[in-house]
Amino acid sequence: MIQLLRKTNIDFMGKKYYAFVLTAVFLILGILAIIQIARGKANLGIDFTGGTAIQLKFERDITLSEIRNALEDGGLKDFDIQDMPVEKKLLIRVKKEEEILGVVSEKIISILSKSLSGQTITIDSTTEIGPKVGARLRRDAMWAILAAMTGLLIYIAWRFQFRFGIGATIAILHDVLTVLGSFYIMNREINLIIVSALLAIAGYSLTDTVVVFDRIRENLKIRLKEPIEVVINQSINEVLSRTIITSLTTLLAAIAIFLFGGEVIHDFALAIIIGIVVGTYSSIFVASPIVVMWGGKRPFAKK
Amino acid sequence: MKKKFFWRVFLITVTTLLSIIFFLPSTPLFSSMPELWKKYMPHRGITLGLDLQGGLHLVFEVEGDRAVDITLERIAVSLTDILQKKGFKVDVKKDITGISVSPSDMNIRKVIEDNYPNLILSQSSGEKVIYKLSDKETWRIKDSSAEQALEIIRNRIDQFGVAEPTMHRQGKDEIVVQLPGVRDPKRAIDIIGKTAILEFKLLDDENPIAAQLPNTILPGEEERLIKEFAHKIPEDDEILFEKVVEKETGKISKRVYLVKRQTLLTGDYLTESRVNIDPRFNEPYVSISFNAEGAKLFGEITGANVRKRLAIILDNNVYSAPVIQERIAGGNAQITGLFTMDEAKDLAIVLRSGSLPAPLKMIQNVTVGPSLGRDSIEAGKVAAIIAFIAVVGFMIFYYRLSGVIADLALLLNIILLLGAMASLNATLTMPGIAGIILAIGMAVDSNVLMFERIREELRAGKTVSAAVDSGYKKAFWTIFDSHVTALITALVLFQFGTGPIKGFAVTLSLGVSINLFTALIGTKTAFDIILSRMKVKSLSI
Repeated sequence: MIQLLRKTNIDFMGKKYYAFVLTAVFLILGILAIIQIARGKANLGIDFTGGTAIQLKFERDITLSEIRNALEDGGLKDFDIQDMPVEKKLLIRVKKEEEILGVVSEKIISILSKSLSGQTITIDSTTEIGPKVGARLRRDAMWAILAAMTGLLIYIAWRFQFRFGIGATIAILHDVLTVLGSFYIMNREINLIIVSALLAIAGYSLTDTVVVFDRIRENLKIRLKEPIEVVINQSINEVLSRTIITSLTTLLAAIAIFLFGGEVIHDFALAIIIGIVVGTYSSIFVASPIVVMWGGKRPFAKK
Repeated sequence: MKKKFFWRVFLITVTTLLSIIFFLPSTPLFSSMPELWKKYMPHRGITLGLDLQGGLHLVFEVEGDRAVDITLERIAVSLTDILQKKGFKVDVKKDITGISVSPSDMNIRKVIEDNYPNLILSQSSGEKVIYKLSDKETWRIKDSSAEQALEIIRNRIDQFGVAEPTMHRQGKDEIVVQLPGVRDPKRAIDIIGKTAILEFKLLDDENPIAAQLPNTILPGEEERLIKEFAHKIPEDDEILFEKVVEKETGKISKRVYLVKRQTLLTGDYLTESRVNIDPRFNEPYVSISFNAEGAKLFGEITGANVRKRLAIILDNNVYSAPVIQERIAGGNAQITGLFTMDEAKDLAIVLRSGSLPAPLKMIQNVTVGPSLGRDSIEAGKVAAIIAFIAVVGFMIFYYRLSGVIADLALLLNIILLLGAMASLNATLTMPGIAGIILAIGMAVDSNVLMFERIREELRAGKTVSAAVDSGYKKAFWTIFDSHVTALITALVLFQFGTGPIKGFAVTLSLGVSINLFTALIGTKTAFDIILSRMKVKSLSI
C-alpha cells in the first residue's frame, strides 16, 4: 500500500490564527479586486465592459510596436494589444461602448490590411458587445454567484447544521475572492468564462469541505467526551490524505488543460488550478475553524 | 448473490452499448456503417458549438418604439383620408406626443374613435386633441414586430443559404441568430440587419432651394448640410443622399437631393425581385415587379409626373433618381446603382423577403473563424488525452489493482458522458471540452473516497469483503453530498450562461450525475464480482 501520508497528527486548529492572517490577506485582495471591478479599473473582459475584441492571425512574424504604431496612425483610440508570438496571433481590444456595432472592427481590419500589405491576415474571431448586453452580463454574473452561494448554504445547512453551512459558505466566498484577487494582481482578464470557472470552483471546493465535515459529524457523534477542537483536529488529520488526493487528480486534469488546452481556455484552467489549491486550504483552515468558533451548543450531541 | 450481479452487469452493459450507438455519428466510423444502420439508428450525435465549428452568434434588438411610430404615421394618413371623405376640414398629424387633431369636435372624435377603437384621448386643449395608442395595443405592436422580424430574418437567411441556422426570440424585444460556418460574416449581418424599406418619392427640382444645394459632398458632411438647410427647405421636403463611387479611383462622395416627403409607393406592393445584368456596362441591377394594385399605382404616378424625377429610396438612401420619360404600365422597375454581384443578390433577397416592421440594432456579435475552432478542438483532444493518461497512471500507481478498477470506471464514465451528450444532441463548446477534462479528474474522486475508507476499515482489522462493504456504505453520503453541491453550481451555470458557458454547464452536470452512477454501481460491482469469484485474502488497494 502506497501512502502519501502516514498517520498524521497536525494541530490544525492550533494554527488557526496564523491561517486567519493569511485568509484575511486573501480576502482583502479579493475585496480590493471587487472594488476595482466596480470602479471599472480592473482588467474586465469586453463581455462585461462592452466594446470590441478582435483576434488576428498573421502569416509572418509581426512586432507589437509595428501594429501599435499602425493602429495609432490610423486614428484608433483606447485600445490594448495582447501578443501571442508563438502562434503569430494578436488580440486587439477596444473597450469603448459603441452604440453601433461593427464600426471599430472594420476600422481595425482596414487600417492593418493597408499598413501591412503583403501579409495575409486571418480573422480568428470578432466579438462585439453593445452597452446594453455588457450591463446585463455584469448583472447576470453577479446574480449567478449569489444564487450559487445561497443554494449551497441552504443545502449544507440542511444536510449538516447551520453553523456548517456558514463555515462552508464563507470558505467558498474565500475561494472565489482569492481567485478573483489573484487574477486582479496578475492583471489577467476577468470575463464570462472566468466567472463560470468561479462557479465551478465554488461547487468543487465544497467537495473537500463536505469530506471534512462528514468526518467531523461522524466523530462528534462518537467522541462525546472530547472537546470539539480536538475532535475537529482529529477528523481533519484522518481525512487529510483523501482531501489531498482528490484535489491532486483534478489538479492533474486542470494542469493538462492549462498546458495543452489552447488559448481559449488557458486562463479558465489557471483559475481552476488556483481554485483547487485554495479550495483545499479553505476546507481545512477556513471552514472548520468557523465551525469551532461559532459557539453555542456542541453540534450533533445526543439529546 | 449471482442474480444481484446479473442486473447490475446488465445495466452497465446496456448503458455502455446505448452510449456507443448514440455517440457513433460523431466519429468518422459512422460513414462506413451500412445504410440501414444510418437510416434507423441515431444519427445526430454531438453538435459542435459555434466556438468550435466557426460561425456567427448575433443578438439584435427590435426597435419596437419605431414600429409604434410607423403605425401611428399610417393611422394619421388613413384618418386624414377618412375624415376628408366625410367632408370634415381637419388637420391630422403624427407628432412626438401622438396623433394630433385640430380642430376637433364631437363628430370628428366619434369618427376617429369608431374607426380606431385602440386610440385613447390623451390630451385636449381648446380645439386641438391628441390621441395615443392604448398600452395594450402598443405592447401588441411591439410584440408582433419582434415576431414578424423573426419571420423575415428566417426568410432572408433561408434564401442566403446557411446550413442549420437557428434563430429565436429572447426577452421581449430581442432576436438571437446563430449561423454556423458562415464564410462572409459581414454580408450575413447586412442581410439580416437591413430594414429594407423601399420608397418612391418625387424630387422637388422646381423649388429654388434645390439649385442652392451643393451637387455632391464628402461622406461625413451629411449632418452639417442638413442642419444648414433645416430652416430653408419647405416643411414637406427633406434632404437625402446617394452614395457615388468613382469607378477609377474608388473615391466615395454623396450626391445631394431635395426630395418631397410624401411617399408615393412602397415596397409593400412588390411581388418579385431578381438580379439582372445590364449588357451595355456588364453591371448587375435589381429588377422588381409590382402586384396588380402596385402596378396600377405606379402607372398613375408615372403618368401624372412625366418629365419629373422619381427617386428610388431604400432605407433613406437614394439609389437612383431617373427622369420619368412616359407613363410606365406593367409594373416593372429597375434599381441600378453600381452594385457588385453580391450586393445586387443580397438586395434582391431583402426586397423579396419584405421590409422589417421596425429597424434592428445589433447589440452583440460573436464571430469565430473556422481555423480557431479547429485549433481549439485539436488542443482540446491533446489536453484530454494527457489528462487521462496522468490520472489513470496516478490511480494505478497509488491504488494498484483497485486503481485499475477505478480507471475502468473512469473509462465507463467518459463513454457514458459522450453517449449522454449525443443522445441529448447537446452542443459541445470549448469550455464544454474543459468540463469533460475536469470530469476526468473528478470522476476518480469518488473512488478515492471509497478506497481511502476501505483502507481505514482494513487497518481497523476487518476482512476484505467486510471492509469493502462498510467502506462503500460509509463513503456513500460523502460522495452524494459532494455531487449534489457540484450539481447545484452546474444548474446555476446552466441558468445564467449563454452559448459556450451553457456547454460547460451541460458537460459538468452530466459528468457529475454519471459519475455517481459509475462510482456507486460500476466499481462496487467490480469489487463484488472479484470478491465472490476468488476467495481473496488481501486486497490490492
